[in-house]
Amino acid sequence: METLWFWLVSVMVAIYVVMDGFDFGAGILHLVVAKTNEERRQVLGAIGPLWDGNEVWLLAGGGSLFLAFPKVLASGFSGFYLAMWLVVWSLMLRGISIEFRSHVLDGLWRHFWDTTFAVSSVLLPVLLGAALGNVLRGVPLDATGYFSMPLWTDFQLGPQPGILDWYTVLTGVFALVTVAAHGALFLAWKTEGPVHVRAKHLAPRLWLLVLVVWVAASAATTRVNPAILHNLPGAPLAWVAILLYLAGLGLVFAGLVRERYLLAFLGSGAFILGLLAASAACVFPVMLRSTLNPAFDLTALNSSVGGHGLRTGLVWWLLGFPLALGYVAFLFRFHRGKVAAAEEGEGY
Amino acid sequence: MGDPLFWHRLQFGFTATYHYLFPQLTMGLALVIVIFKALGLRTSEARYSDAARFWIRIFGINFAVGVVTGIPLEFQFGTNWARFSQLSGGIIGQTLGMEGMFAFFLESSFLGLLIWGEKKLSPKGHFGAAVALWLGSWLSGYFIIATNAFMQHPTGFAVAVDGTLQLTSFWAFLLNPWALGQYAHNMIAAVVTGSFVVAAVGAYWTLKGIHPVQAGLNLRTGTILGLIFSVLVAFPTGDIQGKLVAKHQPITLAAMEGRFESGPRAALTLIGQPDVTMHKIENPIKVPAVLSFIAFGTFSSNVRGLLEFPQDQWPQNIELLYYGFHIMAGLGTLMIGLMALAVFLLWRGKLATNRPLLWVVMLAVPFPYIATTAGWVVAEFGRQPWLIYGVLRTAQGSSPLVHAGHTAFTTLGFAGIFVVLSMLWLFLIGRELAHGPESQAH
Repeated sequence: METLWFWLVSVMVAIYVVMDGFDFGAGILHLVVAKTNEERRQVLGAIGPLWDGNEVWLLAGGGSLFLAFPKVLASGFSGFYLAMWLVVWSLMLRGISIEFRSHVLDGLWRHFWDTTFAVSSVLLPVLLGAALGNVLRGVPLDATGYFSMPLWTDFQLGPQPGILDWYTVLTGVFALVTVAAHGALFLAWKTEGPVHVRAKHLAPRLWLLVLVVWVAASAATTRVNPAILHNLPGAPLAWVAILLYLAGLGLVFAGLVRERYLLAFLGSGAFILGLLAASAACVFPVMLRSTLNPAFDLTALNSSVGGHGLRTGLVWWLLGFPLALGYVAFLFRFHRGKVAAAEEGEGY
Repeated sequence: MGDPLFWHRLQFGFTATYHYLFPQLTMGLALVIVIFKALGLRTSEARYSDAARFWIRIFGINFAVGVVTGIPLEFQFGTNWARFSQLSGGIIGQTLGMEGMFAFFLESSFLGLLIWGEKKLSPKGHFGAAVALWLGSWLSGYFIIATNAFMQHPTGFAVAVDGTLQLTSFWAFLLNPWALGQYAHNMIAAVVTGSFVVAAVGAYWTLKGIHPVQAGLNLRTGTILGLIFSVLVAFPTGDIQGKLVAKHQPITLAAMEGRFESGPRAALTLIGQPDVTMHKIENPIKVPAVLSFIAFGTFSSNVRGLLEFPQDQWPQNIELLYYGFHIMAGLGTLMIGLMALAVFLLWRGKLATNRPLLWVVMLAVPFPYIATTAGWVVAEFGRQPWLIYGVLRTAQGSSPLVHAGHTAFTTLGFAGIFVVLSMLWLFLIGRELAHGPESQAH
């Protein structure tokens, strides 16, 4: 049951990254691919009806983590205190930027929100990628099960690292270029005209960049956490996940070559999903690794709540999850086709 | 000020209070919008759809601020109250997870369709989006109230050997009698806020002599709903809530009333200033035996005073708790009186010409906000010194390694963010009010 919940939480987080990832990507590229007000309304119209639902995967995933592994949530959230609040503030800024921009027809007003939208969309994947880097590298958990970390120290690895060191900055950059590339495919798929053309031209370059940073980040990860390579042979799910992300990567490039951007976008979703699943399979059952002593690791087995709570949660989770997927399917179907800029007063 | 607990409490109280200014309106307006859309569907009269369209725009702005100010609350469980989360996550994680799964997905999927979808959807489809938002926001309210009810009156759990709280009965937890009573009280209060806002906008347009059709419709709808729901918020739901406090938190009841000595035929203090060190109320105006009746249903019941309980179990902020309760109950009574008078004049056909009363209806907008905030002050200060009543003290629930410098930084950060949000909100709402309702040809 603990193993199942480890995977339920991982799946929710992975879906969050894939779904909100293309919102971040659209935001990162917003100022680059869309120059005029009309073009920017196209970008916002593409993600406007979706971003809030995408963000709910984070809250629902956090709720699942809370109910199944409260120790991990308590230790991680309080340990990353300042970084957590930077994430929350960026999420707030991003949401307000999307929702408030269209209310006033004024160049300065819109320029302001375009910029805050882009800035928050850059900060979020860097912070979340760095968070993933911290989970892979480990944090100074002691026997109490808690830790406290400054935002940065000397950017070196060691038993008392900062939240940002060279490795987590690297994973943050990897997350940034990956969601930017993911978002470029989404925009190439959903838009037409100049936005489509610019996204189309950027996408292959961004994906080549993804490959370069990915190789560097993977090499660094095996150095920072050698246990991942040791676990790999005995983790069949990791092999499935590796196949998934390789297939996803293949689809991305096949879609780019044939200019079939839905295909490429689905491929990049599979790439992100597979990459996160492979990481989860390789660290399982560890959820928060201790840099001080492996005995202090918080794992799915030593941090979970009792069986009754997990079984109860599973019942409603099995009801709610298909419902959530149903909403996603409904939204994508309702907003199918290329996005045109909304008329004034009629949309994002 | 160097005490981290002080900052944790200040930050949560501050961010939760600010956040709830927005959902109380959107939850109330969601029902008003459903009513207008339903009337529009039934009668095919454009004025109902026009009214709904105006309120949907107000709803959208408030909903956006509600969403972004709500996210920090979810995060604070882990960041600031780690020991509380670690001990009770297996229980309150259930409701918080369900809120995401069942309420937030529903709301977020249909929000865009409600706000921007009127032209894309059929009239029935748009009505459906309004119903989805109403259901979603009221469902979300239930999960939050159920979480709070567990902290007020924990049910359906057992303490494990390692000290953590484990779920033993999902239904006892989810259908906690405290949750049912508090939910009814709180949601009706949200409709009161919505009605007062609708009535005030109607009164404003009537006084200005603009948008006559919409002015009359909003004034009528707002005052009628305002009367019904401000009565319901006091009786039966406020009464039920009071009896729950009397039964499960007798110390809180004593503190709310500033009652130090025990005894039968307890008097209700209408006004007066509590002097906690001298154990008395100064300058009191009291109604004999009414407190006994409110708390237990008979005039002769014994209502215990604070001195009967050990002082380490008293709430720490008795003054604030006392004033919170009296402001809530006093404003609640005034609001019933105001709406009763307005509806009486409406019935006699004289409300639209009674300019003094229209001024009062317009300026009464802050009342439901203040009363609701004061009600939550009573609930949350009344729960002290406990985080989970009788189980975990507030002082034992905070994050062990987060120091005052961290939390002071984030609290001040929120102060800044909220100033900016408030200015944006005022600006955008002001624009909508100035712009007024618009009729759309179908």
